[in-house]
Amino acid sequence: MAVATQDTAIRTGRVARTFIYLVLILFALFYMLPLYVMLVNSVKPLSEITGGGMMSLPQVWTIEPWLSAWSTAQIGVQPTGLRPYFWNSISMVVPAVAISTVLGALNGYVLTKWRFRGDTILFGLMLFACFIPFQIVLIPMAAVLGVLGLAGSTAGLVLVHVVYGVGFTTLYFRNYYAVFPTELVRAAQIDGAGFFRIFWRILLPSSGPIAVVSIIWQFTNIWNDFLFGASFASGEGAPMTVALNNLVQSSTGVKEYNVHFAAAILAALPTLLVYIVAGRYFVRGLMAGSVKG
Amino acid sequence: MGFLDIDKATKSYGSMEVLHNVDISVAEGEFLVLVGPSGCGKSTLLNMIAGLEEISSGEIRIRDAVMNGVHPSKRNIAMVFQSYALYPNMTVGQNITFGLEMHGTPKAERERAMAEVAKLLQIEQLLDRKPGQLSGGQRQRVAMGRALVRNPDVFLFDEPLSNLDAKLRVDMRTEIKKLHQKLGTTIVYVTHDQIEAMTLSTRIAVMNGGYVQQLGTPKEIYDTPANLFVATFMGSPSMNLVPVRVRVDGNAVYADTENDRGERFSLAFFEPSAGLRPYDGKMVTLGVRPEALTDIDGADQRSTHVERFENTVIVTEPAGSDTFVTTTIGGRECVARMRSDADVAPGRSTTFAVNMEKAVAFDPETETRIV
Repeated sequence: MAVATQDTAIRTGRVARTFIYLVLILFALFYMLPLYVMLVNSVKPLSEITGGGMMSLPQVWTIEPWLSAWSTAQIGVQPTGLRPYFWNSISMVVPAVAISTVLGALNGYVLTKWRFRGDTILFGLMLFACFIPFQIVLIPMAAVLGVLGLAGSTAGLVLVHVVYGVGFTTLYFRNYYAVFPTELVRAAQIDGAGFFRIFWRILLPSSGPIAVVSIIWQFTNIWNDFLFGASFASGEGAPMTVALNNLVQSSTGVKEYNVHFAAAILAALPTLLVYIVAGRYFVRGLMAGSVKG
Repeated sequence: MGFLDIDKATKSYGSMEVLHNVDISVAEGEFLVLVGPSGCGKSTLLNMIAGLEEISSGEIRIRDAVMNGVHPSKRNIAMVFQSYALYPNMTVGQNITFGLEMHGTPKAERERAMAEVAKLLQIEQLLDRKPGQLSGGQRQRVAMGRALVRNPDVFLFDEPLSNLDAKLRVDMRTEIKKLHQKLGTTIVYVTHDQIEAMTLSTRIAVMNGGYVQQLGTPKEIYDTPANLFVATFMGSPSMNLVPVRVRVDGNAVYADTENDRGERFSLAFFEPSAGLRPYDGKMVTLGVRPEALTDIDGADQRSTHVERFENTVIVTEPAGSDTFVTTTIGGRECVARMRSDADVAPGRSTTFAVNMEKAVAFDPETETRIV
């Protein structure tokens, strides 16, 4: 394929290539525009924005909006900034991602290496979890959380996200382990390793790429989730996304657009970081198992 | 009571029985090869010995202890897999000692055992590498090292050489045989390659369709195959099978057939067995190995019973050490193994010599050897 693209590139010539790059740069700029608007407006005083200078660079640079968004902005009734809600989100996302990934890995392990009667049907049913719209489960989920005494708590949100994520993580790990040689498991059995020891010592160390896929997927989804957060955690227990909404939607006082922009970037930062750190494994993991060998 | 006893072992999946009443007793230090075409049940039987598959009925005993339901790691067996099954995330050294670690052997002892095995297999310089960095032959050695270090009662090999290229396969075959002679361990070895079976084993179990067709020494299997399946499966080129009519004449028993010109001739059986006499006037299948069908000068000088007949050569295939000559006897194509400088040419007639000491006869109905 590399040869073919090179070939066409040579034949299209200099003019055409310049044109192609121009178009590409144009599109890139177009896609970058919102980020640009968010960034420049988050570092200028409110007066410059309301004065109509939305697209221009700030005349006076300030980090005041960022500080305000983080620690003093009015969210709901408290002037706490996003900080407590940021930690709410962290304490929800980390366990939820960890638990759903480990459960998915275990499920994949059992479904491929300890097969039992009806395992494919069970796997098929688990796949349904990937297609259930959030809205359908809201009310039954609320009832279950109520029964468990987890309503309105971070633990409750963790449970919701684990239940919702396990379908995806199982799918990832099952397909990854399906091409993992079963003879390795048998060799380990003869060597005397038990169920968990085989999982821990043989399978997991070879699961890096797919674990990254699972973590990125789960992290992004759970961090960005608004509906469950808004439905099952209110007030001080709300995650970042809900707090951001409360900040931006507040009906009283002046709309501090610069603070809103800074807050929105803060809310998006963790997922961005995860992509930058682990992104290169992402494609590798998604491709794994699709081609044998 | 043997060292490893397989006693009426049966394996069925649902209502389908894939192994039928297998009875094999292996003595200590024996090298038993299970050979047969794919799907004959040989790997299933090996997995049952290993404990990776359950035994549906019957018993498997090692050192007189019943192994049914015993976990693979508690049977004191070690297995070498077709794909070697080396743990990719561990170094060679860790691969070799993993089993010992799982059995709670102290680290010092593990190191000592590993050094010993590494020396024996000459893989000392590989101990810190990952399996991915090794060649096929090296992986094979490591896989054997992992089995050896456990010092098991029984070694199980599941087609260990089939992933190697032809040259390396022959080398490793010799290596395995050397190892067996040196250590005197009990080995059960599965292969579909009849040459591997012949060269390595002290005894062979030829399997087909879930039945053990014949169990015996390589010589027994080769010279006196129990039935037509064993006769054709073992040996390359395979045994010539010719329909002949039995004629009893006093003490002598003859096989009447014809050459490709339709000229009838008779071959006298050597020390004809009593079982052959009732077939007087009936058709049987005469089995003659290619090396027992030669040119006159190439015939076994020690054989006391060589018959001759004239026939037309159809094809000659010089193979360097020998020349394979195709001819037609009784309407069937037969291969003769002649000396490389035998004076034969396609289309010409030549004299063939049959070493009747080595000839066997089969009942065409039951396909079993007539004894």
